Amino acid sequence: MRKLVIAISMLGLVGSAAFADPILDRQALMKERGKIAGGLSKVVNGQEPFEAAAVLTALQALQANAEKLDIDALFPAGSDAGDTTAAPKIWEDMAGFKAVHAKYLADVKAAVAAAPADVDALKAQFDTLGSDCGTCHQTYRIKKG
Amino acid sequence: MPLLKKLVGAALILGGVGAVAGWLLSAPVKLDAETLAQLGPGDAARGKRIFNAGGCTSCHAKPGSQSDARLQLVGGLQLKTPFGTFVPPNISQDAKDGIGAWSVEDLANAMLKGVSPSGEHFYPAFPYPSYARMRPADIADLYAFLKTLPAVAGKAPGHSLSFPFNIRRGLGLWKRLYLSKEPVIAFPEGTPAPVMAGRYLVEGPGHCGECHTPRAFTGGTKKSEWLAGAAAAEGNGIVSNITSGEGGIGKWSEADIANYLETGFTPEFDSASGAMVDVQKNMAELTPDDRAAIAAYLKAIPPHPNGYQARRKTAN
Repeated sequence: MRKLVIAISMLGLVGSAAFADPILDRQALMKERGKIAGGLSKVVNGQEPFEAAAVLTALQALQANAEKLDIDALFPAGSDAGDTTAAPKIWEDMAGFKAVHAKYLADVKAAVAAAPADVDALKAQFDTLGSDCGTCHQTYRIKKG
Repeated sequence: MPLLKKLVGAALILGGVGAVAGWLLSAPVKLDAETLAQLGPGDAARGKRIFNAGGCTSCHAKPGSQSDARLQLVGGLQLKTPFGTFVPPNISQDAKDGIGAWSVEDLANAMLKGVSPSGEHFYPAFPYPSYARMRPADIADLYAFLKTLPAVAGKAPGHSLSFPFNIRRGLGLWKRLYLSKEPVIAFPEGTPAPVMAGRYLVEGPGHCGECHTPRAFTGGTKKSEWLAGAAAAEGNGIVSNITSGEGGIGKWSEADIANYLETGFTPEFDSASGAMVDVQKNMAELTPDDRAAIAAYLKAIPPHPNGYQARRKTAN
């Protein structure tokens, strides 16, 4: 768990570095999101012990990360071209894309507000967040070679 | 010009023979009595596993529906491919619009032979080239489970295909090339049981090869690049290489693969995307043993480099 906290504090540095390239910026945020979630998954799976304070720190980091994903700034028109797996569907249905991200952010905030007291509570929240990942990636992401 | 006359006559005869042969060779073939006798009584509880392994809901649920509504198998998804648009039909228990009036033999002929109750070919967008490898008893189990699902009225629109793909009869010749109940990957005697169990799930009901294997111009899967990844049938994306070759999942452990199928997360904590999101949800319904078997098989098959073209790197 200590490792999780250290990893998050290091991620803060990455997250604050601005690349001034929307594709790189949004990719950095998504990678950070994956790393934080990956740390939490170890607690959910029982590979690491549940420590309420560290878990809350991780959830807060997820919230900060989600709030940083400014869709207007990071998904400007034309940024479907280039080295990106963002699907053209994002720009065809920007309202829908924003809605699924808003739901994710709301679910993260709810998890922070609830401050899980045990691993079962965390697991329920984690399942919700994981299904948010899938909902968005199903429609708005396209794998490329 | 007797010679020319002779030639024309010969061409006409040959053409006629060819047409007759083509017509005979393209005839839909149903299952023999011996196979039908293996169907057995069927068990709905076991059939649920087959239903999930097959991911029937991915194509036959109403597009966009969630949770229990996905068991209303009303069809209607639009699969836009280079051959045209395929629309999975209603396979709910509605007797008129769905398959409620089908016998178990009808379902077996559809899944193992790609032949409808009225004796027409189905298009292989319905992945019977994979289902053809299934055990008849599993079809009977699936039939019993489908009987427990609701009848939903409403016919999905038909396919909209371009010439010559709109000629169903031609599929009879295609089936002669690609329809076989033999497994794709041969394993020697003494191969561990989980690998063999995984082979059945992946090559048969799971029909993983239908998207993860590149296709020849004829539309058949290239067995020499089995599961090497492919250009997606829909859109401009790709489907991942799931062999251990370059670009594939060689670095994933069996536990990583099983965990991905259960949770949707890769070892790097990336998540499933596109059509795999629904597939993974279906895989999550299987038992840990089934997921471990799929993982064992994927680690045991021949490695291949990516079966799709590398993307051109754009200049920064």
